[in-house]
Amino acid sequence: MNWADTIIQGILLGGLYALFAAGLSLVFGIMRLVNLAHGDLIVLAAFLILLLVSALGLNPFVAAALALPIMFALGWALQYLVLNRTLGDDILPPLLVTFGLSVVIQNGLLEGFSADSRRISAGTLETASIQVGPFSIGTMPLLTFLSAIAVIVGLNLVFYRTSLGRAFRATSDDRTTAGLMGIRSERIFATATGIAMMVVTIASLYLGTRANFDPTQGPARLIYAFEAVIIGGLGSFWGTLAGGIIMGVAQTVGAAVNPEWQILAGHIAFLLVLLVRPRGLFPRAVD
Amino acid sequence: MTDHVSDRWTVSTRTRGSSVAVLLMVVVVVAGVLAPVFAPRAVIQDLFFILTMLVLAQCWNLLAGYAGLVSVGQQAFVGFGAYAMFAAVSLLGLDPLVSIAIGGVAALLLSVPTAFFVFRLQGAYFAIGTWVIAEVVRLSLAQWKALGGGTGTSLPSGATRDMPGVRLVADLLHVRGPQATDIVCYWLALILAIATIGFIYRLLRSKQGLGLAAVRDNREAARSVGVDPTWTKSFVYLVAAFITGLTGALIYVQKARISPDAAFSVPDWTAYVIFIVVIGGIGTIEGPIVGVIVFYILQNLLADYGSLYLLFLGLLGILIMLFAPRGLWGLFANRSGIQLFPIRRMLAARTDTKAHGGGA
Repeated sequence: MNWADTIIQGILLGGLYALFAAGLSLVFGIMRLVNLAHGDLIVLAAFLILLLVSALGLNPFVAAALALPIMFALGWALQYLVLNRTLGDDILPPLLVTFGLSVVIQNGLLEGFSADSRRISAGTLETASIQVGPFSIGTMPLLTFLSAIAVIVGLNLVFYRTSLGRAFRATSDDRTTAGLMGIRSERIFATATGIAMMVVTIASLYLGTRANFDPTQGPARLIYAFEAVIIGGLGSFWGTLAGGIIMGVAQTVGAAVNPEWQILAGHIAFLLVLLVRPRGLFPRAVD
Repeated sequence: MTDHVSDRWTVSTRTRGSSVAVLLMVVVVVAGVLAPVFAPRAVIQDLFFILTMLVLAQCWNLLAGYAGLVSVGQQAFVGFGAYAMFAAVSLLGLDPLVSIAIGGVAALLLSVPTAFFVFRLQGAYFAIGTWVIAEVVRLSLAQWKALGGGTGTSLPSGATRDMPGVRLVADLLHVRGPQATDIVCYWLALILAIATIGFIYRLLRSKQGLGLAAVRDNREAARSVGVDPTWTKSFVYLVAAFITGLTGALIYVQKARISPDAAFSVPDWTAYVIFIVVIGGIGTIEGPIVGVIVFYILQNLLADYGSLYLLFLGLLGILIMLFAPRGLWGLFANRSGIQLFPIRRMLAARTDTKAHGGGA
């Protein structure tokens, strides 16, 4: 067994987990909202891309580009019409509403698409690989990882270099004072969730082209995303990438030892980090 | 309950509704105990399901509604209790009744290290943390080959027939073995439900209950008057784990077949339970009772629709959380002012003259 190869695969898989997690990290950072339906929204986006691919005969990348504005609008409306009503000091309403949403999306997808495993076909790209020195690296995993880095660079640019990002940070720090300065927090939150849903769409493109997916897979994706966020530390996008990579490496190494241990190894890595560094590896936010 | 406050005043939680409720409850309990005499087996099985879901809902409500601990991972304790019971019966050859108790204790033991991890996570992250733990327990038990690994196993045949009381019930009510087992399980569920509700009611009316409400309403203020939030929450978490484990073990004595996916099912042991509490009314003892009845009716009406049924339940949960966050019971209690399990302390002037003598 080639350990270096296993670890490289793990790092690349970590890119996918970072993509799952980036949206969650963004939404939590701005409005302290944990969306329990995050994983199901990833699966929903994958089905949307699948629908566009099969109905219009599009290339998956083109279909994902089409899905981006649709998912943005969905996220915007979801936040503006539903989730904004749940925000407040009490943590029960947002948790229970998003939990309900998770069940609704899962069963809606089951009703619409059945429980069959699906896959978005990416043609020859699926099996293509690049030879780097002694290692053969799959093109799709590499693309996933590069997309994750691009997404995180993009989110950091938006967050720290634009007026929208300033509004994000201001609302996150103090919603009332930001409101006095003319920032409408409801719209800021809706935009943030919209952007998170665009990240979700990118994640779902790679979820759907790299492996089979079905309507019940959402909760597991939510858990991986959550673990990556916590390992990386709240409020740091690069930390989230690091968290994703740790999860990815733990899972591939676990799977290399015994295929049944793949998922378990990821969870154990998470618990170990929680034990040693309760606030994650690169914490930025205070809470 | 009355507390001694001063000579002129008493603190009481009794309301007119609660006195009627006591009477009502006595009738319900008597009817419940006698049900196996006249009800067919299918009804007893349904009642068993309702009672066990009620216990799980009361436990979750205690966590989320009173201690502010929103757990999405209570299936960890249902499954672990059930697996401990299976291990005790199948591997150690113990009696199922004893094994149910072992299931509860096992869940309690599991909750100690679990609490250590999840209490490091605040608020919303606590929810997903409990879920991760449940996944870890499920994946670990799926490795236990002696209990069937990932595919699961059945209780040894005859194990539940030799349970104490089963033969007696079979002779007394002239029923067959399996039906007698169902009846014994049902009575155990009834005892568990009454004990759980009684315990939670007592807890909420006690000093600890006041502390719990204080921590929920304002953590800092509660600390400043000497309530230790971590201790209070940990206590509730451990107790809920113990009762949930007992219930899980009892459910699987009746089912007699276990698999990791079923025993740690999120829809069965967490989603349903959350919807029961939310629909009925979170933060009240009456809420889960109302919720489980509504849930049972909905399930009978809509179960044939499969995933549409769950979709509907999810939508109903969302709507209630958005527009009536105190649930159906909250709506009713607000309008009528009726409380069946009053825990609010009310000040009343003393009427008896003896009080001036200085002692209650």
